[in-house]
Amino acid sequence: MAEENGDVGGIATLTKKDFTSDQEPRWCPGCGDYAILAAVQGFMPELGIEPHNTVFISGIGCSGRFTYYMDTYGFHGIHGRAPAIATGVATANPDLHVWVVTGDGDALSIGGNHLIHALRRNVNIKILMFNNQIYGLTKGQYSPTSEVGKVTKSTPFGSVDHPFNPVALALGAEATFVARTVDNDRKHLTDVLRQATEHPGSAFVEIYQNCNVFNDGAFDLIRDKQQGVHNQIRLVDGEPIVFDEGTRCVRVGENGRLEIATVAESDPSSIVTHDIHGRPSLAFALAHLSHGPTEPTCIGVFHEEDRPTYGEAVRSQLERAVERLGPGDLKALLHGGDTWTVG
Amino acid sequence: MLKRNAVRNEKERMAPQPTGSMSKTVEERDHVVIRFAGDSGDGMQLTGDRFTNATAILGNDLATLPDFPAEIRAPAGTVHGVSAFQIQFASTDITTPGDHADVLVAMNPAALRADLDKVARGGTIIINEDSFTQRNLEKAGYASDPTTDGTLDGYQIYPVPMTSITVRAVESLGVGKKEAERSKNMFALGLVSWMYGRPVDVTLRWLEKKFGGKPEIYEANVASFNAGFNFGETTELFAHQIHVPAAPVIEGTYRNVAGSQALAWGLIAASVRSGVPLFYASYPITPASDLLHELSKHKNFGVVTIQAEDEIAAANMALGAAFTGHLGVTGTSGPGIDLKAETVGLAVITELPMIVVDVMRAGPSTGMPTKNEQGDLLHAMFGRHGESPIPIVAPSSPADCFSVAMEAARVAIRYRTPIILLSDSFLQNSSEPWLLPDVDALPTIDPMFARANGSEFLPYARDERLARPWAIPGTPGLEHRIGGLEREDRTGDISYEADNHERMTHIRREKVEGIAADIPPLEVDDPTGDAELLVLGWGSTAGTVRAAVQRVRGSGERVATAHLRWLNPMPANTGEIVTRYRQVLIPELNSGQLTMLIRARFLADAKTFSKVQGLPIWADELEDAIVRMLHG
Repeated sequence: MAEENGDVGGIATLTKKDFTSDQEPRWCPGCGDYAILAAVQGFMPELGIEPHNTVFISGIGCSGRFTYYMDTYGFHGIHGRAPAIATGVATANPDLHVWVVTGDGDALSIGGNHLIHALRRNVNIKILMFNNQIYGLTKGQYSPTSEVGKVTKSTPFGSVDHPFNPVALALGAEATFVARTVDNDRKHLTDVLRQATEHPGSAFVEIYQNCNVFNDGAFDLIRDKQQGVHNQIRLVDGEPIVFDEGTRCVRVGENGRLEIATVAESDPSSIVTHDIHGRPSLAFALAHLSHGPTEPTCIGVFHEEDRPTYGEAVRSQLERAVERLGPGDLKALLHGGDTWTVG
Repeated sequence: MLKRNAVRNEKERMAPQPTGSMSKTVEERDHVVIRFAGDSGDGMQLTGDRFTNATAILGNDLATLPDFPAEIRAPAGTVHGVSAFQIQFASTDITTPGDHADVLVAMNPAALRADLDKVARGGTIIINEDSFTQRNLEKAGYASDPTTDGTLDGYQIYPVPMTSITVRAVESLGVGKKEAERSKNMFALGLVSWMYGRPVDVTLRWLEKKFGGKPEIYEANVASFNAGFNFGETTELFAHQIHVPAAPVIEGTYRNVAGSQALAWGLIAASVRSGVPLFYASYPITPASDLLHELSKHKNFGVVTIQAEDEIAAANMALGAAFTGHLGVTGTSGPGIDLKAETVGLAVITELPMIVVDVMRAGPSTGMPTKNEQGDLLHAMFGRHGESPIPIVAPSSPADCFSVAMEAARVAIRYRTPIILLSDSFLQNSSEPWLLPDVDALPTIDPMFARANGSEFLPYARDERLARPWAIPGTPGLEHRIGGLEREDRTGDISYEADNHERMTHIRREKVEGIAADIPPLEVDDPTGDAELLVLGWGSTAGTVRAAVQRVRGSGERVATAHLRWLNPMPANTGEIVTRYRQVLIPELNSGQLTMLIRARFLADAKTFSKVQGLPIWADELEDAIVRMLHG
């Protein structure tokens, strides 16, 4: 990486300012989006990527405005379609660094199809999914990640819809990098985003993001400093999964199921060691440890695997076609097949 | 109907012309319409396609009409499962696949039942008599055998045991009975090839290319083809061959081309001549899929093709690629164009060059997926929320798809605008001879990508044609944000300001209207200069309009004709022309969509000749309508 020697073509001189546009952010005061924006603007200079080689693409929803605040190339698209636009961008030019900023409604409801297909193709895009479990921009309807029973304007008697588990969904879509982090933990957020950036291919990062207007406190159990200590299960590759100040753990229970138990009552050999490069079934099981951020929940990188990126696969196919057929020759194309000449 | 039997009525010249070793007489005609009809699994499209190629190489002018069901294999032997291919070929310039067939090749009773009404009265019907069993007659819905119950009185019937001769011809080759029977379409092709003196080597070469890797199949097909050819030559059944001399044409090199090929190659040519890589994203849909298939073969031109997860994704991928400096194209048909509408609106406000190919088919909804219609014109014009103007261009013939594709790319790139190319099912599937263009003389297109020049970059500043800069990611110093929210003039910042929105609305409209200054004027064909009736066509009706107008002129009528290639904007002189004539007739495969636009824009008293049967307008129908309008 460029930051190792600190001087690559002037990139090292980039600062947060170089990634900050002249547009004033217009989210509600206290919105979790500010923290995410600050973290992203703050860590971009460390990556050694120039703003002109960076593209932020977003859909509709509060998260969609993110694009305007980054002084990079940006495309604020239509509802749910950011992964498709990003697929076009990242495939047309695989050398670009392409980010998708989306929300739970944008990515999982109207854009669900594009999300899963971008993930299975392993398009080289970094997807930041701000999950606030509510529709904020439209002023408070339940979202595809809202819990059953959620009372909102559109569900005055409580939602009866079972929510998506975004991490499990991404894993099911054959994503090659899946993580979850929290908007107010700058260090964890930055660390996860850095790993996502370094991953060649699709990276799906769910960010628990507090909507202090329409769904305040939804993630308090995880976000709140006092409660988070007890309820964040921090996944660290190669380390036993232990949390709550070392008192509790994730262990293999009956019939191979993962369960939460106290360390004291657990046979050390039953405590799960995290392995982000292992089978996705472990990640899937970890994703299902909790039913939502209302009980101890895993954060960190769940899974990563190597697979050719879509852009590179497309590019190499074009190169192979030239090797096989020769460079495109328009005259030969038109005159190929049966022709006849008059006169 | 007027002159329905033009072919039959013309003077038939019988001349004893031995052709090679053949001893039969040769009759000369100036044009013939043949229709191959059989079960979906009988390979009729292939048979028609091969006959077409041999015919093209012989130098006849030709036009074709594939006509097949939506089901890949409807229940065998039923009328629903009939697939047909019609070709008209001639020694003169022809413009349509013909109103009625002079010859019907019916591979089974269902084909006869489905297509008998498409045969000219007194025409020739060649039937595969092996298939006329009681069971097949019942499947086709015949209570009695039409070949003996008088149904076919007045036609010339040639029963040929195609299946059994084919099976005998290939029995020594060791192929299974099923494979043997399957090659009976080659027998039919061989027979008809003999009847019309088509070159044999073209077909044999093709068979070798197609089946070269499977010797038994190849030999079986060659044996069937030869059996058919020899059957014509040696049996007493057919008294003579028919000769259609080559059409006098402009000197040059020709090939036969289908609309889908020409359109794909036109896009590739635009890419080559602009240096802008082609990016095609599409979701499989009949009949637009052939574009995806064709473009996917030519990756050595740097053509990126993606089979997207859905129609919406395809449009957005193309738009993303356009943002990234590619020629972003998406193609679709029928319901797909509905799904793309929102993305087209995004392309309108982001002012990116993007081509949307709509291969129109009969609707609404799934409608008749394999049948033709021009039902999407008003959708293309207005099918987006808000004020969302977009240029629209339509090819007039299969070969014309090439230049229209290049033209669409030129305008999209020059004006930084999405554009809708309205093709249709008939244009995509039909073929015609094409005088190949001089590749080096094809127009070049300058993408004029923006470069930083030291001054402040204004992504929504405009040039003299109101086009904004195309600044692609990766260009240092031009970082900017675009999107679906209203932009401030020049800066491209988000703006909800009242005057700005009105200004931007006008700019977007004026930009598209301004294209009129950049396209040729509408040409009127009015040989006597005093016609009172103008027939105004668009899209694939061009051939029919020409044929019908030629016929009425032949009977002394004075009729003018014009063809609109650009539907939006229309050429600058369109209003002057449509108001110059006392009467305007607009033939359309819809209920009058262009008529509505012409009436609304120019207060011209245009009338529609409408047909929505999923079929082309036949020249004789239009001829009748013109005569009625002149004298009614």
